[in-house]
Parts: sequence; C-alpha cells; structure tokens
Amino acid sequence: MHELSVTENILNIASKHANQSKAIRVTDIHLVIGTLSSIIDDSVQFYWDILTKETICEGANLHFERVPAELLCLDCNLTYAIQSGLSPCPNCGSVRVNVVAGEEFWLESIEIET
Amino acid sequence: MPTIRVPIVEKIMEANDQLAKGIRLRLDQAGIFGINIMASPGSGKTSLILQTLLKLPPDIRSAVIEGDTAPVTIDAEKIIQIGVPAVQINTGGECHLDAVMMSRGLDEVPLNSIELLIVENVGNLICPAAFNLGTHANILIASIPEGDDKPYKYPNIYRSLDVLIINKTDLMPYIDFDMEYFRQGVELLNPRLITFPVSCKTGEGMDAWVDWLVKKVRTNRNG
Repeated sequence: MHELSVTENILNIASKHANQSKAIRVTDIHLVIGTLSSIIDDSVQFYWDILTKETICEGANLHFERVPAELLCLDCNLTYAIQSGLSPCPNCGSVRVNVVAGEEFWLESIEIET
Repeated sequence: MPTIRVPIVEKIMEANDQLAKGIRLRLDQAGIFGINIMASPGSGKTSLILQTLLKLPPDIRSAVIEGDTAPVTIDAEKIIQIGVPAVQINTGGECHLDAVMMSRGLDEVPLNSIELLIVENVGNLICPAAFNLGTHANILIASIPEGDDKPYKYPNIYRSLDVLIINKTDLMPYIDFDMEYFRQGVELLNPRLITFPVSCKTGEGMDAWVDWLVKKVRTNRNG
C-alpha cells in the first residue's frame, strides 16, 4: 500500500526513542503486524535500507512478528482463525463477527547500543 | 557489544492519528461536520458530490477539499462553477490523502462560513483506509460496474466505513452484479452498515442520502 510513509514513520519513532535512551546505534527493530494490515515486508525492508543511511538506525535489522487474524462470532461466541479474507462462522454460519486479532500495526521495541 | 532492549509499543500510524485529532478539534470548534469520501477511480465521487451540493438546503453552506495525485484542477473547477468553495490538494503522486495534506488544505477553507466539509479522497480502495483525516464520517462509494466482489478483495476499506453508497444502480440491468453476494461481504466486514443505493444519473435514491447528511449537519450544528 504505502510502504514508504510507513517506513518513514518506523524510522521516526525508532530514532526518537533511541535518542531519548542516549543510544549510539540501533541494532534491531521489532514490529508487530497483524495479517489484516496490508503491508509487504520486502518493500518496507527496501525503503528501510535507503532511508536509514547515515541515521542512528543504519544497519538495524527489521523483525516482523505477524499476528494471525482471529474472529469472534457474536452469535455463538466461537473464536476462529482465518487464513485469507473474512469468512462466516464455521460453527453456525453467522456473518455477525468481530475481529479480535490481526489488526496490530505497531513498533514493539528496539535494541540499542549505548 | 551487548544491546539494551527498549520497549516502545507505539502505533506506526501514531503521528498521522495525532494530527487527525487536531483536525477534528478544528472542525468541532468551527461547528463543521466533515466527511471523507473514498472510492475507486471512476466510481462517481465528483458527480455524487456535485449532485449532493445541488440538493442541500440553502441554509447549509459547504466547502470541498479535492485530493488528486496529479496537478489537475478539473474536479475543483466543477465544484467552484456551482458556487461552492473548493480547495485542490495535489498529493504529488501519493495514492491517498493523509492528515498532513488535509491540515494544509484546511488552512485554505473558509472555516467560519461553512457547516459541511466534503473531502474527496484520491481514487483508490487501499491506501486511503489507513490514513485517518479527522473527519466525522468515512464514506465509500461502490459503483455497480466495479463488480460485486470488491468487499472481499478490499476488506480494510469496508471495515473503516460509517456509510456506504452504492452508485450507478441504473446500470443493474446491464451488468452481472449479484447484490446478495455483495451485501453479504459488506455484512461480514461491517455489520448493519448504513447503505444508500443511488444513481447520480437518474437521481434515484439521492434524497435518502442527502436527508441523512442534512440531519447529521443539523445535529452537529446544535452541538
């Protein structure tokens, strides 16, 4: 989708926290991304390598933790995982469902050298 | 060298979300109801906005922010021709409006003399869904010729909606569009979503949509 702006945001957040912690270098970035967020890891990595040149994050490794999508059926209370796309409840066929996992889109932590 | 792990847990879109909050505050302080209209290219966004503006009662004054990826002012000119202020934002190739562009656009809108702000997002079913603009309602126009499988293929945009408009219903007799299949996809993604089937061409269904909008603007006016 818009991997460039997403990557810029990751760099901004990581740099801010690295500076606050008086880091000399950031070595690792841990991201938590739900499978419902349409982000292509390879594209983020591509932009990351370019954007981080001569920044405190240069050379830092990106780690993507993918959270599988899970739905909760509002009719029978079953929680079920989905592979691709949203699907009706496999137990009762209801389409009244809530997403309970899979929308995560955050920067969890960074590893730094001080 | 040993590394130190610094826990952060910050949303990647946090900067945009914060800016969007500021936009909402500006709109609320000026008593403006803001809507973000999203759709694929060619679904009839500009036509729907024009028809809507022409049907609004005279006491509701509006302005339009037009987002386009290219430096063209075709859409804004059409709006200005019917006497409504319009601001064109050229996203410079970006496939969506974000809160930064929206803030800049808002600076050029006569906030003190309007009650309704219509934002026409860039034609795209993917990226606009991820960028909160601070408006009060996210609206999608789905048009019949696009096909009945779009909720299944672009789930994220459907999940972010407050209102769905199904446009070009006059083409139903000519196109294999399974309304039941379409609606089931929508129901899965966004149960009981407010939906208005309309045809900008014949005017069918437009009154129900405009009534909804007028009610929202008047409720917002009365705090």
